[in-house]
Formats: sequence, C-alpha cells, structure tokens
Amino acid sequence: MSDVSLPAGKEQYSGKLPKFNRRQQTLITCVLALLLLAGIAAGGLLIDKVSVNLEIRNLPPSLDHPFGTDWLGRDMFARTIEGLALSLGLGLTAAAASVVIALALGLLAATGGKVLDNFISWLVDLFLGLPHLVTIILIAFTLGGGFKGVLIGVALTHWPSLTRVIRAEVMQLRSADFVHVSRRFGRSRFWVATRHILPHLLPQAFVGLLLLFPHAILHEAAVTFLGFGLSPHQPAIGIILSESMRYLSGGMWWLAFFPGLSLLLMVRAFDTVGDNLRQLMDPRSAHE
Amino acid sequence: MLGSAVKSLGWKILRAITLPIAVCVFSFLLISHSPIDPIQAYVAADSMLVGPEQRERIAEYWGLHKPPLERLVNWGSAVLQGDLGTSMIFRRPVVDVIKERFLASIALMGAAWVLSGLFGFILGVIAGMNQGSWLDRLIKWYCYTLASTPSFWLGLIMLNVFAVWLAWFPVGLGVPAGVLQEEVTFYDRLRHLVLPAITLSILGVANVALHTRQKLIEVMASDYVLFAKARGERGFLLFWRHGLRNIALPAVTLQFASFSELFGGAVLAERVFSYPGLGQAIVEAALRGDVPLLLGIVIVSALFVFTGNLIADIICRVVDPRIREGEAV
Repeated sequence: MSDVSLPAGKEQYSGKLPKFNRRQQTLITCVLALLLLAGIAAGGLLIDKVSVNLEIRNLPPSLDHPFGTDWLGRDMFARTIEGLALSLGLGLTAAAASVVIALALGLLAATGGKVLDNFISWLVDLFLGLPHLVTIILIAFTLGGGFKGVLIGVALTHWPSLTRVIRAEVMQLRSADFVHVSRRFGRSRFWVATRHILPHLLPQAFVGLLLLFPHAILHEAAVTFLGFGLSPHQPAIGIILSESMRYLSGGMWWLAFFPGLSLLLMVRAFDTVGDNLRQLMDPRSAHE
Repeated sequence: MLGSAVKSLGWKILRAITLPIAVCVFSFLLISHSPIDPIQAYVAADSMLVGPEQRERIAEYWGLHKPPLERLVNWGSAVLQGDLGTSMIFRRPVVDVIKERFLASIALMGAAWVLSGLFGFILGVIAGMNQGSWLDRLIKWYCYTLASTPSFWLGLIMLNVFAVWLAWFPVGLGVPAGVLQEEVTFYDRLRHLVLPAITLSILGVANVALHTRQKLIEVMASDYVLFAKARGERGFLLFWRHGLRNIALPAVTLQFASFSELFGGAVLAERVFSYPGLGQAIVEAALRGDVPLLLGIVIVSALFVFTGNLIADIICRVVDPRIREGEAV
C-alpha cells in the first residue's frame, strides 16, 4: 500500500504511531505477547497457595485487590494468575502432544502408501464427525475425569486439522527433486522422511502449535467449566468461572468478569503470535 | 475415466456408511472402559440400602458380566431397532429424553445458526467491500477477538448484564419456574431463548465473516470485476451483480459444515443458562455416569454433524455447476 494517495485523515492517524514494517510489527507483538505469557508463568510460580481470609470477603475490585475478593476472602487476582498458569501449562502440553500426533500421522499418510493414507484420512473424518466438545467429554469420561482425563482428552483431539495440513505439505515435498534424487541413491523411505521431509515440516509444526494452543486452552477451560476433571481446589479458570455462577445473581460480577477477560487476553496473545508468524512464513499473504 | 468416477463415488459411499458405525463402536468402547461403575452411579443415592446381591442382580439384568464384544453386539442390534435403553437419571427411555431435549436444543441452535449466518455474512461483505478501511480492520479485529473468547464466559457476562442488572430477561431455565407445563406460553419460551441464542450467535459470526471477507476480496480482485468497475459500476450494485453469487455458496456451505461447533457451543450455552437441552443432558449424563443416555446423545450429535456435512456437500454439488461437471469427468 503506498501512502501517497491516502486521504488527509488517514495520514494523520498513521502519523501518530511510529511506522514499522510487517516484520518489525510482528517482532514487537511477539515480544509483547511473550512477555505477557512469561509474566503469567512467573506469577503462577511465585504465588503460592492463596490464603483464605474471611475478614475481607466479597470485596469489589479496589487498588489492594484489583480483581476483588471472593466469598472466602481469597484475592481473585492471585487466583486468576494461578489459574492462567495452570491453563497455560495444560494447554501447551496438550497442543504439543497434538502436534506430535499430527506430524506422525501426516508423515505416515503421505509416505506410507495408499491404504494407510485412506485409513488416516478416514480417522481424521471420524474425529471430525463428532462435535469436538463431545469427544473431549467422552475421553474424559472414559478416563474417569480428573486432571489426567482433561489433559489427555484435549491432547488427543486437536490433531485432525493439522494432520490434513501436514499431509498436504508432505505430498508437495514428496515430489521435490531432492527427494527423488535421494530415493534413487538408495535411501530408504524412512531415511528420506526423517532427514529430508521432517526438517521442512518443523516451521509448520511450530506455527501449528501456536495456533492449536488457543483451541486447546479454550477447550480445557470449557471442559473444566462443565465440571469434568480438575477438583475445586485447583484454581483453573474454568472452575473459578463455574463457581462464580452461583454468586452472579448476588451482584458479584467481578468474580466472572476479570478471570474470563484475562483468559481472553492470554489466548488472544498466543493467537496473535501464531497468526503473525504464519503470515510471515506464507509469501502470498506477506504483503496483505 | 468413468471407472475412476465410480471408484471415487464408491469410496465416498463406503465412508458414509463406515463412519457413523465407527463412531458408535468407538464411543461404546471408550465408555465401556470407563472406571466409573454404572451400578454405583445407578444406586448412588440409596447405596446404603442396596446390598451386594441386589447389585449382582442389576449387573445380571444389564448383562454387565458378558464379554464386551457380546455387549457391543447386543447394544448395536438394539440401537438399530431404535432402542437406546433407559436413562438412569430420568428413569425414562433414552429415546424419549432425547426427543424432548432435542426439540429445545433445535430451537436454540436453529435461532443461533440463522442469526450468526446472516450477521456473519453481512459483516463479511461489509469488510470485504471496504478492504483496508477502518471498518474492515474493526470487523477483523472483532472476529479474531471472538475466536479467542471463551463462549461460556461471554454467556456469563450476558447473563450478568441483561438478566441480573437490567432484568430484561429471566436468569435461566427453558420455562418460568413454578408454572404448569400447560400454562407455559410461546412468549415465555421465547423470552428464555433470547439470551442463550444471542450468546451463541455472537460467537458463531466470526468464522463466516472472515471466510466471506476473504472470498469477496478474491472476487473483487478478478478481471470481470475490474471490467465492471471500468464500466462505472460501484458499491452495492457491483456487489449485487458480481459479488453475491460468488460468495453466497461458500458461506452457506461453511455454515452447514459448522454444526459441530454449533453443538459444542450449545452445550456450554445451555450449561450457563441452565437451558434444558441436549447439551445440558449430555453433561449431566457424563457427570453422573448415565451410560445409556450419554451414548444416545453422542450418537445423536454425530448424526447431527453428519447431516450438516452431507447437506453442505449436496448443496455444493447441486448449486455449483463447476463441481457437478467435475464429478462426471
């Protein structure tokens, strides 16, 4: 976009902010988002058990307690940070597991022959054939709920879409000259897959991880909100929100508002990083 | 060439048949491996009164001692005859529970589906026609933010603002409390439907809007639009003549293919607003170990998603001549 023909109003608007090109913008947003996430993780480590203090219960937000306090006098800010840190760890683990599954299945589908390919795309269809949340509930139910149930449920259900992407990518790579040459030199399928194809997939997988993370974390929060998994003592965001439901009609809006908003901000931060990196990697959308 | 078409069609039919069956078997296997004891769940409240002999008899009655494969076959043949068993929570046939709940859920999901489709499309068109403007950026920002919003949190906020503070709408449930079933009017049901439906549709907007925008930008960059512009067509007329037909189909297809997310969203919305639909029922069934009901709803939800995808596929083929012709080659 050239700024020669921009109307006056726009010129003023862009004059306020220093101008950065796409690469710099991406870098800045990434750094900001990572700082936010590091802050949450550090906060989760530093804050130990939030104490119950009945003298200060049900306080609306103030300078001392920016997110207010709950019916047991616990500081909601500390609980929220702790919950976010828990969700962060859970979401990252689950997303990482999904990426590994997607990489393995995608590679297998594209290099393992026709039957395997058909079977894997059938498997993808099978997982996409149930509402995602229902699948997670099913798996969590099978494992008897608990932290483990939620983690495995979320980890085992986020690979299908990424598997499709990776499969398509491998299909393309498979026809590249260097792969053909390597095969003619007598390298085995496995050797070619791990040495020539896998390295090309790593950036895809990394961005996939960042883009899966928001889904994983939102699903985790949703499932805990519904009452599966984590026990009420663990301050997961889903639990904080489902507890707050009982106090909403009493006018204690801050119990739900701030924890949810913090979750939104965290997920949005991850999403922004992932999206920016994806666009930078994809030359077609780099100029958008 | 004809052979390959038949072959690809054959694959499709094989898939269409095997997938629902696989979903059923898969769900059955998962649930039968659950450590949650169905008998314990069944007697929950009176576990003091039920002795070991009685438990034994319940297990006998349900055939819990038989090997899994035999149970699967028994269950499968019952399902094929339309018998999904008896719900333990409601003490009624699962089919009846599902029928009743499904009607409530369909009202909710249908309203949300239409609203989100309509508004998503309009937002997408506005953004796409004004690409790069502040309006476009605002809509994009809104959609991306929505995609990272926990839907149940949005529901809680809506509940707080409109039901608690403004008291425009009731706080929850599908019908007013303390009113006889026969006296519930259509208006009552509608009032209880509004908040959950709006919550669901606010979230459903993002996907359609972003895809429509992308598609419209592609169309607007095409040669025929350039030519139309050169003839002096602008604004709404340009969109009406050249944009609409090209972007309507993907939007409709996408909306039908989004049944899976719609169902997931409905589960959460129903939970927040204690709306008595299928979503609420599946959560209760899973939390309280009601295996027949859980399995029944899983199957219904799978059929629901399957129907959506099927309709999307059919619409695609019937409406778009390019895809139809592609099939025959």
